[in-house]
Amino acid sequence: MKQGLWAAALAALALAGCGSTGGARSASSTPPPTVNKNPYPSTYRAYPGRPVALVGGTVFDGTGKRIEGGTVLLRDGKVVAVGDAGLATEGYERVDAAGKFVTPGVIDIHSHLGVYPSPSVQAHSDGNEATDPTTPEVWAEHSVWPQDPGFTRAMAHGGVTSLMILPGSANLMGGRSVTLKNVPARTVQGMKFPGAPYGMKMACGENPKRVYGSKGRMPSTRMGNFAVNRQTWLDAKADDGKKRNLANETLKGVMAGEILLHNHCYRADEMAQVIDMSKEMGYKVASFQHAVESYKIGDLLREGGICSAVWADWYGFKMESYDGIPENAALLFKEGACVVIHSDDENGIQRLNQEASKAAAAGRRMGIAIADEAVIRWITLNPAKAMGIDAMTGSLEPGKMADVVLWNGNPLSVYSRPERVWVDGALLYDSADPLLRPVTDFELGQPGAGDVK
Amino acid sequence: MSARLLIGAALAALAIAPAAAQDIAITNATVATGDGSEPIRGATVVVRGGKVVAAGPGVSVPAGVQVVDGSGKWVTPGLFAAMSTLGLSDADGVEESNDQASRGSPFGAALDVAPALNPSSQHVSVARGGGITRASVFSRPASSIFGGQGAIVDLGADPRMVVRPRAFQLAGLGESAARIAGGSRVSAHAVLRNALREARQYGADPRIAATRRSGEVATGDDMPVDPRLIDSPAEREDVLLTRFDAAALVPVVKGAQPLYVDVERAADIRAVLELTREFPQLKLVIVGASEGWLVARELAAAGVPVIANPMNDLPTSFEQLAATQSNVGRMVRAGVKVAIGGLTGTTGDQPKNLTQYAGNMVALGKVPGASGLSWGEAFAAISSVPAEISGQGGRAGVLKAGAAGDLVIWDGDPLEVTSAATRVFIDGVEQPRDNHQRALADRYRDLDTSALPKAYAR
Repeated sequence: MKQGLWAAALAALALAGCGSTGGARSASSTPPPTVNKNPYPSTYRAYPGRPVALVGGTVFDGTGKRIEGGTVLLRDGKVVAVGDAGLATEGYERVDAAGKFVTPGVIDIHSHLGVYPSPSVQAHSDGNEATDPTTPEVWAEHSVWPQDPGFTRAMAHGGVTSLMILPGSANLMGGRSVTLKNVPARTVQGMKFPGAPYGMKMACGENPKRVYGSKGRMPSTRMGNFAVNRQTWLDAKADDGKKRNLANETLKGVMAGEILLHNHCYRADEMAQVIDMSKEMGYKVASFQHAVESYKIGDLLREGGICSAVWADWYGFKMESYDGIPENAALLFKEGACVVIHSDDENGIQRLNQEASKAAAAGRRMGIAIADEAVIRWITLNPAKAMGIDAMTGSLEPGKMADVVLWNGNPLSVYSRPERVWVDGALLYDSADPLLRPVTDFELGQPGAGDVK
Repeated sequence: MSARLLIGAALAALAIAPAAAQDIAITNATVATGDGSEPIRGATVVVRGGKVVAAGPGVSVPAGVQVVDGSGKWVTPGLFAAMSTLGLSDADGVEESNDQASRGSPFGAALDVAPALNPSSQHVSVARGGGITRASVFSRPASSIFGGQGAIVDLGADPRMVVRPRAFQLAGLGESAARIAGGSRVSAHAVLRNALREARQYGADPRIAATRRSGEVATGDDMPVDPRLIDSPAEREDVLLTRFDAAALVPVVKGAQPLYVDVERAADIRAVLELTREFPQLKLVIVGASEGWLVARELAAAGVPVIANPMNDLPTSFEQLAATQSNVGRMVRAGVKVAIGGLTGTTGDQPKNLTQYAGNMVALGKVPGASGLSWGEAFAAISSVPAEISGQGGRAGVLKAGAAGDLVIWDGDPLEVTSAATRVFIDGVEQPRDNHQRALADRYRDLDTSALPKAYAR
């Protein structure tokens, strides 16, 4: 009963949120309020680093190129040059990378670190504002706990240097995502990736209809999902901006192309419907997240220029993932569509390299040729592109951020781990130096603090 | 097309009468026997009559045995997935298809997974395709701190999945069990002790004629059904357990059936080890043990084996604060028998990824300060060690004379993420490779629908 009342009150709120934006005060002549589009600006500054030359390793540059016995020069937080053994290294501290591998920092396009942090106690459940099916007004950064130990594991074991934190998928429109540098900080602002565009999370299918259907609210069906979405887009379009509306500011940002849309969607038929909805409403889908059935519509995704952020082998954990196959990524690659390997998981983010390798191997077994250097792109430049940060990071090219991992072997082997990780040219992890191993406030002084983990 | 039809017909035939075991020898392969030793190049494995005859270098092939050239291949025993839920669900999130937990059941310890197992579940075929030939299967504590009685199974594409029913009892004593028990570990321990005392009393009750061994019902197995599970005039004054649950715990207090206890934190592990003071015959196995490295010496001294998920390295809960990927390596160094297991999902922790998890233990060997496993140890942790813990030592998870003819031929190092099983034999019977995933991949190899819809491509 209590729950029913609460739901009814929320429904009324939701209606108010959707309907009142058109403007009863339409006669007013006051100019629209000015909107600060960056009210929680990044305070991250690169930590000091020394000029470093990584010499003699195999370089996978993230764009799909491979250099044997390569040289990578880092200085002042940037990649200065990438080349072969002929590159001069005067003025750089030489790091012998012979027998080792150098890649751009790994990028995870789908993480809930910070919004569903460890320990995963109820008090930490900050990833789904599951009180209204459309909450474009919430921003993930306002939930992120920078002391989540998961960030440190992602760096030490996974070489992750950038990641996008998304709201969960309970809602059709879950809110804004935030892109972070994987740098420990006292504040979220201290982790925010300078200049990264915002993203918005949407979700198809089972989750929203289950969450709201079980509350006796719309949507309770897939057709309900679409109806609520379309009306919400239309209401945002009709908003004249005279009164600030956080939800519509996000939606308008998406329609203006300033905010990139990432849509959780499993089934091929549903993705095709979303593509049509995006055309109807005038926005672009940057990526489908999870996308276990992308392999059925690789052609549509290629034509739409939409990335699929997928797991290597997750399948069958719910009805809409029943058709997941390990060849998904490889079949997309063969079709010429954009492939990203994502984690959506505090454990999986620690081995995106292994997951990408598994996905590639499944494809090779069915005769699809995929070079190792192309696979690395699935966890570096491709996610950077889908997140709108590819001009700044995601590949080892002159002028880009010196986000670099030195691996102790081929990162596509299960036997390899990050040996050192640089973020903007600062050495923030060194497996040989226990002092260069971040320990979160939460773990400090507790059993196992400072362990290799 | 016709080849596929033939395979389909063969599968249909399998469902009726399992194929006969093949006599087969694989020569000149890299062989890992699963016993903890390192792989041997240029070795031979011989399987006859469904059993391993010999494995190693210089093994001669008997006449009349089909020879397969294993050049460039690896051959291992089938993997053993300890603490799986294989056969208990089709799609975990589809509640109707999921038999992994029994939240509303009136029973706890008496629950028995065996009759619910479905060898046709896609998860069974996916795991089998990943080289897993045997597993222990449990049901998760939900209606009480007891999950009930788990089974040992094989993953053969035949109707007989159960190798050993009622092979172990599972109880939880950590955070989640404490919630089930009424809100605290204090209660969980009281519930457990009461249950074991009731069972002890029930098992010793002289008024119950059925406690005589002669009264036990033969099942063709070494873990008999207590006749009181079938019918009993027994009446008890005692309190909490149903007659069914109390009877199910009799073999546990007598030490005839191992008690698996699911705990993570060091203090909880110590509390479990203490149980043997009150119940000296308990045969304990610790499941979980994220903080096992902190009590490794106690575990080793007590001779209590552990089944652990080796990749847990986050303080996911307050009972896992000290979690580290070095947990398994440190326990093994201290002399604890540790199996890698507990992969119950279809996400990152699907049983098929046992090899990846084991490979990661080897990777730790190159990380300064970390404790990993040698290749042989890591492979044993997903083959012979879980088999031994599951009471299948010498029969499964190992290539030695007399062991089950479970063989896997791999296209490379089985612990490497790029490798895959290419042929799988269970009891000498080669297993089919088709399943839902493979059929989908074949169908969508291209996206050409110009002649007919994809529904006709198979």
